[in-house]
Amino acid sequence: MADKPAIGIEIRKLYKIFGPNAAEMVARVENGMTKTELNEKHGHVLGLRDINISMPAGGIQVIMGLSGSGKSTLIRHINRLIDPTSGEVVVGGEDVVKMNPDQLREFRRHQTAMVFQKFALLPHRNVLENTVYGLEVQGVDRASQVKSATMWLERVGLKGFEKKYPNQLSGGMQQRVGLARALANDAPILLMDEAFSALDPLIRVDMQTILLDLQKDIRKTIVFITHDLDEALRLGDRIAILRDGNMVQQGTGQDIVMNPADGYIQSFVEHVNRGKVIRVSTVMKQGGAGEGLASIASDALLDDAARQLIASNATHLQVTDAAGRPVGTVDMAAITRGIFPAGGGQI
Amino acid sequence: MDWLTKFPTMETATLRDLRKAIDDSFRSFTRAWGDTFEWFFEPLRIFLIQAERLMLNTPWPIVLAVIGLIAWFASRSWKITGFAVVALMVIGWFGMWDDTMRTISMIFVCTVVAIAVGIPIGIVMARSNRVQAVVNPILDVMQTMPSFVYLIPVVMLLGIGRVPGVIAVVIYAIPPMIRLTNLGIRMVDKDVLEAADAFGSSSWQKLKNVQMPLALPTIMAGINQTIMMALAMVVIAAMIGVQGLGQPVLQAINNQYFSIGLFNGFAIVCIAIIFDRVSQAYGRRLQKHLEIVHG
Ligand SMILES: Nc1ncnc2c1ncn2[C@@H]1O[C@H](COP(=O)(O)OP(=O)(O)OP(=O)(O)O)[C@@H](O)[C@H]1O
Ligand SMILES: [Mg+2]
Repeated sequence: MADKPAIGIEIRKLYKIFGPNAAEMVARVENGMTKTELNEKHGHVLGLRDINISMPAGGIQVIMGLSGSGKSTLIRHINRLIDPTSGEVVVGGEDVVKMNPDQLREFRRHQTAMVFQKFALLPHRNVLENTVYGLEVQGVDRASQVKSATMWLERVGLKGFEKKYPNQLSGGMQQRVGLARALANDAPILLMDEAFSALDPLIRVDMQTILLDLQKDIRKTIVFITHDLDEALRLGDRIAILRDGNMVQQGTGQDIVMNPADGYIQSFVEHVNRGKVIRVSTVMKQGGAGEGLASIASDALLDDAARQLIASNATHLQVTDAAGRPVGTVDMAAITRGIFPAGGGQI
Repeated sequence: MDWLTKFPTMETATLRDLRKAIDDSFRSFTRAWGDTFEWFFEPLRIFLIQAERLMLNTPWPIVLAVIGLIAWFASRSWKITGFAVVALMVIGWFGMWDDTMRTISMIFVCTVVAIAVGIPIGIVMARSNRVQAVVNPILDVMQTMPSFVYLIPVVMLLGIGRVPGVIAVVIYAIPPMIRLTNLGIRMVDKDVLEAADAFGSSSWQKLKNVQMPLALPTIMAGINQTIMMALAMVVIAAMIGVQGLGQPVLQAINNQYFSIGLFNGFAIVCIAIIFDRVSQAYGRRLQKHLEIVHG
């Protein structure tokens, strides 16, 4: 399936300003003018300011932020649906910003695929015809189009719905078509702009599970946008947080929950269930491996550790690394401190 | 106080010279280019004659059956199909079959020409705001200029006959075709267009796979309006030699035959209703997949 090796995305010094004289405004923004000032004094909208981010190949990079923070603008720079005002977007060693229209079209056809918040299916085409769209545009022969589309529709659980039209499906099913359409493209990069935001909470969790299961096989570089922290923590190998066009923090979910960079992020992470984010390795006591104790992997979540500790009826658990070697121990007090930090917002 | 009660005008002589200059230059243009225009429109003439011949030489039961079938496949409605067949039979019984066939073939040719010319113009207009800004006022003039006015140059160029008639009808009937093609393409959901872009569609692929299919119901509304407007021109076209239901109406006006006028007028109305209901029903069927029936 994922024949092509995953490729990373490198964004450097990216600025986006909306307005007629965007290029002239970059210097002002570089000198620290805020979004509000720029809008009031010069009538330009600051989309993104000095974004630098490196998205590793084969991982899920989540981009988070409130409405209007520039998430959609950022993700659209990766396949250049939006042209930057300045900066570089290097994908697999090539700068997307410098591509000519033909190169860009080829790039979009073969290197990227996208899933949209409002699904953006073709209403006059049935599910199968929607799913083959990317391959059709590439000029792949019809038999391979249908074969690939049928396979992906089955993977997302839509076998038997090939002949239905989008308006005959529920939102969750429509988005599965959107996902199958993107995956059928067999591109190493998958861009998902609030792909699950329009769905009911339960269906949303379903879709997250489908995506995580698929990712075990496909190992694509996924850029996933959301304004929901739980979704971000569940999916993201790495998370970047935007605010008013600025990148305010990057790191793993655990980094962000443990060390929020400022009050804005603090307010985001306040109500998160830390037991489902923080891993045993963060709170364990190094060394002093206890013989005969039940063991737990160092990358297990605190919730699971607590459960196991209760089940094993002991005071400590032995923590083991990926190779199974003992690296430390953990007890209920440490776990509890991890879940309920001193001075934290939890009740 | 003469200048207050009488609107100041330019010298009568100047005005006369101006008119003469325009008329003369157009006349010499006609003399120089008339043959070229005739040559250019020769294919249209052949198309017209062939269409008319086909309608007149085919045995009437076959024509009736074909029209019935088209009505059925386009509308899938027994009511509309039944009306079409019965109305045509009554028209035939009243002795207007041949004229009706001539009119239908003329309307058919005009519609084909309007589609062939109008859709490409509409597409170009939808892609460029500048083209739209130029074409829109031209369409306004075409729609408001009394049709007799542009009959004059058309007749001067091409004489009396079918071809100038069809051209006059197309000029009158094409604006909605162009406008609604433009509108239909511009109204296409920009999210869907963005998706097409994201998958690397070329502009031709976007037009073919996304814009035209999604604009089709609007374009169908344009075709419907074009047909209706073409039918409204039947009598005027008869004045410059287009045969069909229009000519008896003209004779009826000249000789004050109320009944002839009434019968032919009703025949035109019936054809209009048939075309209208069939094309609208077809347009509605096209739209079925665009309606949201599920969250
Ligand atoms: N074409 C445009 N012209 C002017 N301003 C724009 C344009 N597109 C986006 N913006 C502005 O850029 C900012 C970021 O918009 P963006 O759509 O990227 O936000 P977002 O984080 O995706 O928000 P949401 O969660 O609502 O989708 C907003 O202030 C928006 O008003
Ligand atoms: Mg957005």
